[in-house]
Amino acid sequence: MPDDKKVAVLGAGMHEWGKWGRPFVEYGLAAARDALADAGLGWRDMQFVSGADTIRNGYPGFVSGATFAQALGWTGARVASVYAACASGAVAVANARAQILAGLCDVALVVGADTTPKGFFAPVGGDRRDDPDWLRFHLMGATNPAYFALYARRRMDRFGATEEDFAQVKVKNARHGLANPYARYRKEVTVDEVLASPMVADPLRLLEICATSDGGAALVLSSMEFARRHAGGATPLVTIDAVSTVTPTFPNTVIEMPNFSTDSAAASTGAPEAGTAAGFRPSIATAAYAEAGIGPEDVSLAEVYDLSSALELDWYEDIGLCGEGEAEKLLRDGVTSLGGRVPVNPSGGLSCFGEAIPAQAIAQVCECVWQLRGAATGHQVDGATVAVTANQGLFGHGSSVLLSR
Amino acid sequence: MAASTRVPAVEGWFTTGDDGTAPALLGSRCEGCGTFAFPAEASYCRNPDCTSTSFETVELSRRGHIWSYTDARYQPPPPYRAADPYVPFCLAAVELAAEKLVVMGQVVGGVTVDDLAVGDEVELVIDTLYSEDGCDYLVWKWRPLGATAPGQEA
Repeated sequence: MPDDKKVAVLGAGMHEWGKWGRPFVEYGLAAARDALADAGLGWRDMQFVSGADTIRNGYPGFVSGATFAQALGWTGARVASVYAACASGAVAVANARAQILAGLCDVALVVGADTTPKGFFAPVGGDRRDDPDWLRFHLMGATNPAYFALYARRRMDRFGATEEDFAQVKVKNARHGLANPYARYRKEVTVDEVLASPMVADPLRLLEICATSDGGAALVLSSMEFARRHAGGATPLVTIDAVSTVTPTFPNTVIEMPNFSTDSAAASTGAPEAGTAAGFRPSIATAAYAEAGIGPEDVSLAEVYDLSSALELDWYEDIGLCGEGEAEKLLRDGVTSLGGRVPVNPSGGLSCFGEAIPAQAIAQVCECVWQLRGAATGHQVDGATVAVTANQGLFGHGSSVLLSR
Repeated sequence: MAASTRVPAVEGWFTTGDDGTAPALLGSRCEGCGTFAFPAEASYCRNPDCTSTSFETVELSRRGHIWSYTDARYQPPPPYRAADPYVPFCLAAVELAAEKLVVMGQVVGGVTVDDLAVGDEVELVIDTLYSEDGCDYLVWKWRPLGATAPGQEA
């Protein structure tokens, strides 16, 4: 594809994921400094800062671009801050990319970081009866895992997925994350251990539902022209070739957080049958492939949003690695394990990280960058040339980033 | 002992059946294109090809089929008002054929996931979500029609 549609990834940096309760700015700052060092550039070289917001850390979290810029020391750099739930990090990437591709800046810093409370994610506080996210907890007690469980049960009913299949996803990802220095959980588990962990939202068990984590991730992006002029960066040069930030298409017939209902298909002609898989999630990576002019057969590895073990299987189909109902076979055949044809979540995924919302989609990109450079020590996908990320944030945010070397 | 006052936990989302009629969810039907919505839309239609601003409030189908289901083994955080001690409950996403949409809701007490299956028919009932200061706060729940489901009556 032509260079005028690509941006270069000069630097990637992360703060380890964990649960320390320190200010989120610390994690973002550490990640930013690592990304700058990785790029061989200084903070003063950054012309634009694109922040991914956190909504549980007060005002500084809502203006994350400015918060990180101030923490690094005001230089007059332009800033933007964006919130798109779990897709925030990818939209922050998209904003930086747009600035670069429009020629408005040459080099930009993207940062996301979070500090999370213990236990289930609860809505932001207060009595907010006009907020569906508040109301779903109040009226139904419907936590995030409840929605993940609805999808998992569908897989079992439609495709014959078993609890053991879901457990095998966890076993695979735990193995992948063992050598990842940024992962929070680095411990191998067995199928028996997964199946012996407490049921949270049937059929999903504690070890199959991603935790909430603290963490930070950052990227230094530039124009291809800047990358050619700039010496000292890592090789081979990795580029972002497409960013999809699509929303659903009406009628969206799959129930999604934090909604009480799907769209109605009553008035639509040619709409998919209510509840069928054709819909939003498959459209996310499809848009990225179309933008880059490649297909899923070109992909060497994928980082997908495994909020639950079962959801990872949905993603195999949604990003085109296999047809509908074939994900369990792909997993069982080892295709998506390290050493297989197209490893999924070689980082260990959310299973090993837990979710640090605004950092997570950026972390997916960091992992792809290291994989494409051949620098993912201990969890390297041999000969990786193309990587794809996929993610979905509540309130209709899709994201997918395509990278290549 | 005086009977508790029955109060909907959310205003305008359902009828309680207290007037002797069968309870129902209150949705909207767009007068322009016929699209249903729950909760009801009052000012805009979700159909991108429709600019109608007129909606009628309609009772949604009282019966549907389970699209998927799960349960809540751990107590959800506030603003959920859990009983003490906590009693786990099931949740179902239910497909309404006429409206062509899927609506979530709790399943009535006494039902476990072992009593449920995708495709099972369920019926809407009104039940107490929580009680406080002499008031029973009401919400809609789904009750399995099958003989295997010993759900309580509304």
